[in-house]
Amino acid sequence: MKNGATQSALAGIRVLDLTRGWAGPIGGRFLADFGAEVIKVEAPTARGLASVDPPQPLEYMRIVHAAYPDNDPGEEPYNRYGAFNEYHRNKLSLTLDLTAEESRKIFRYLALISDVVLENYSARVMRNFGFDYQSLRKLNPGIIMVSMPGFGTYGPQGHFVSYGSDIEPNAGITNLMGYRGSGPLRHGEAYADPSAGVHAAQAILTALFYRRRTGRGQYVDLAQSESMIGLIGEHILAYSMNGREPERIGNRHPEFAPQGCYRCRGEDKWVAISISNDEEWQSFCEVLGYPDWTRADEFATREARRANHDRLDAHISQWTADKDYKDVMHSLQAKGIAAAAVFTNQDVAEDPHLKERGYIWDVPHPSAGVRQFLGAPMQLSKTPIVLHRPAPTLGQHNQYIVRELLGMNPPDAERLKEAGLMVTRPPV
Amino acid sequence: MTAKAPQALHGIRALEISQGFAAPYCTRNFASFGAEVVKVEPPSRGDPFRHSGPFLDHAPHPETSAPFLYLNTGKKSITLDLESGAGVETFKRLVEKTDVLVEDLPPGRMADMGLGYDTLKGINPALIMASITGFGQSGPYRDYKSNSMISYAVTGLMYMNGEPDREPLAGSGHIPEYEAAIHAYNAILAALFWREASGEGQRIDVSVMEAMAYFHEFAIVVWTHVGLHNERTGNRHPVGIHPLSLYPCKDGYVSISVATPDQYDNLMLLIERPDLLDEPRYADRHERWNLADEFDDILLPWLMEHTADEIVARAQELRIPSGRFNDCGQLMTDPQLSAREFWIDVEHPLTGRQTYPGPPFKMSETPYRLTRAPLLGEHNEDIYANRLGLGPEEISRLEAAKVI
Repeated sequence: MKNGATQSALAGIRVLDLTRGWAGPIGGRFLADFGAEVIKVEAPTARGLASVDPPQPLEYMRIVHAAYPDNDPGEEPYNRYGAFNEYHRNKLSLTLDLTAEESRKIFRYLALISDVVLENYSARVMRNFGFDYQSLRKLNPGIIMVSMPGFGTYGPQGHFVSYGSDIEPNAGITNLMGYRGSGPLRHGEAYADPSAGVHAAQAILTALFYRRRTGRGQYVDLAQSESMIGLIGEHILAYSMNGREPERIGNRHPEFAPQGCYRCRGEDKWVAISISNDEEWQSFCEVLGYPDWTRADEFATREARRANHDRLDAHISQWTADKDYKDVMHSLQAKGIAAAAVFTNQDVAEDPHLKERGYIWDVPHPSAGVRQFLGAPMQLSKTPIVLHRPAPTLGQHNQYIVRELLGMNPPDAERLKEAGLMVTRPPV
Repeated sequence: MTAKAPQALHGIRALEISQGFAAPYCTRNFASFGAEVVKVEPPSRGDPFRHSGPFLDHAPHPETSAPFLYLNTGKKSITLDLESGAGVETFKRLVEKTDVLVEDLPPGRMADMGLGYDTLKGINPALIMASITGFGQSGPYRDYKSNSMISYAVTGLMYMNGEPDREPLAGSGHIPEYEAAIHAYNAILAALFWREASGEGQRIDVSVMEAMAYFHEFAIVVWTHVGLHNERTGNRHPVGIHPLSLYPCKDGYVSISVATPDQYDNLMLLIERPDLLDEPRYADRHERWNLADEFDDILLPWLMEHTADEIVARAQELRIPSGRFNDCGQLMTDPQLSAREFWIDVEHPLTGRQTYPGPPFKMSETPYRLTRAPLLGEHNEDIYANRLGLGPEEISRLEAAKVI
């Protein structure tokens, strides 16, 4: 992992990140990774969910609010939650209770000296705070503001509540996944969230570039559902042209064969194999040592292999059944065949390729200790994404922000603290 | 916003060399936000997607492939044989006048053609060159073959897709490549932003595996923090909250998400079972997950008697997170998308007017525009004569040599 003083693409840009959950925070994280100063504005009680969850029995450890290091909440559970620390690296933390006028005043001062406001409250909440775009723009005409509700800020469903698990089926994504001849299946990971975060970053970077050249800010209405539809655009266009819904075909490919996921040695171990032309098919047969069935007419051409895919799958499964899933991946890839072990989360975290590329970071955190996290999602030669700082502890940068950024005098800053508006641990 | 409103990336010039989904989807976004994108295609056959279906009326034709038409909206097409010396020299002249180059060929292929970054930055030090490949430009898997299923497999996402007693499923469409393309877009924008200050270009390396593994980051953190694997759970949520599920109903499917005690109470009111408001067995969302089969037996009869629209309308009145399930046809008639004027009709000489998905987000100042994908070599004259200033004789000579 690279660390320390490098050039940052977005040095000098300041972002106020008011988001909660997964989608919004990683939108802000992309900007922090590129070197913007991203201030996570948190309610003093914001990390309450993590702080009130007792350590869970092990069978519940996959539950959202309990990934403390070694399942140990420690003295400061609110600073030790793994996913929070993943989503907020490279950011600063400021606690503000925006229901209090004094906190809102600080936010207004910050809006004056910031470039971007990113939020995922409902439209009503921001208006009530007096922080809708029209109001913020009066304070700072160059401000870029992004709102990212599930279905957008207006329209008949603009007020709908949703989680990521509601977005994916709505955006037409779920319709495409499923076993052959069976109903639609949602993806295991609720990845409407990270997808919306990537698109929020796209919106902000596009708007920042435009502002750099023109000085003009703008407002972005990002409906999470809409932001996903383009990801299956070719299917939509095909439907527009031919009026035919895409078929769910499991792991098969509509044009070439064989393609599938085959069981390997061990518990729930699988390998995905995809053969796209006759040359690869010949290489595949060679790796297998040309057993008799590979010479059968029923598998001789791509069309024949597609027609007899079930029987072909049975033969391939028989071959993979006693083999190690990663060995199959590497032996086939060595012969130019697209193959991949079906990795678990552990396999990803321990993958030698990712390690060699410096993608897995050991991140030291003052409260959570050293843990492994994912690193740079893209590599830039002159302005690399590096760890500037681990995720902030609650309110870690309160003093820096009010004293140094806003120039507040010490008695005033102390008063805010005493009023419970600026905290470094959640109220009991 | 008028038709004359400035676009965000107006004035940016991009070149694209591609054989997969990632580079064209990346540059398509540049074109939609106002950059000029020139797609460099091999003479005669053009981009491989011109030969990949589905096609209009299921009749293969190089100008009517849905993936090609979708991935290349708003671009210019030139033909150029990069296997030939004259083609490489011509390409270098284009690089002199471009800001961004995006490519997704196998690692090392550009360098083999004499078009590696080290060569190109000598020609244009301000060039931003982005490569998007399955596993990135370095590391032991660098030369491994990839596609969408492979990317779903190596990111841990595939392992979680599907029913627990069946094989893992590749996810939908080509989302890994598309998401990596947006990562590349974002990296390029950051690099453009920095170039405004420094005048310097740079090299960008995007691995689909690394971009997409972030979609599994929560599960990976669970591994590095407490050492547990996730499991496949079909349409149920994998992390122990129930219901965050997709259910069948009278006329299709509907999603219902209940994580808080209020939402549980409201769900019981929704399905007209107030007697279960205080049922201790279901009070805890994690306990409900353990009893998911039993719990769904209570829900399903009511759901099967109601349509998706009825369920969502009533659930939303009760503030239960929920949504319509849409297939392609239902998307196109979705009332929310229609009210927000999401869809964009695009005219094309061979396909006529067709409906395309609209922008990923709505920007108040800088418009998003879609125009049709180019015909093969449609902009040769425009680029070679006007941009590079080649004379008619020189263009004829290149044509005769099958370089363009």
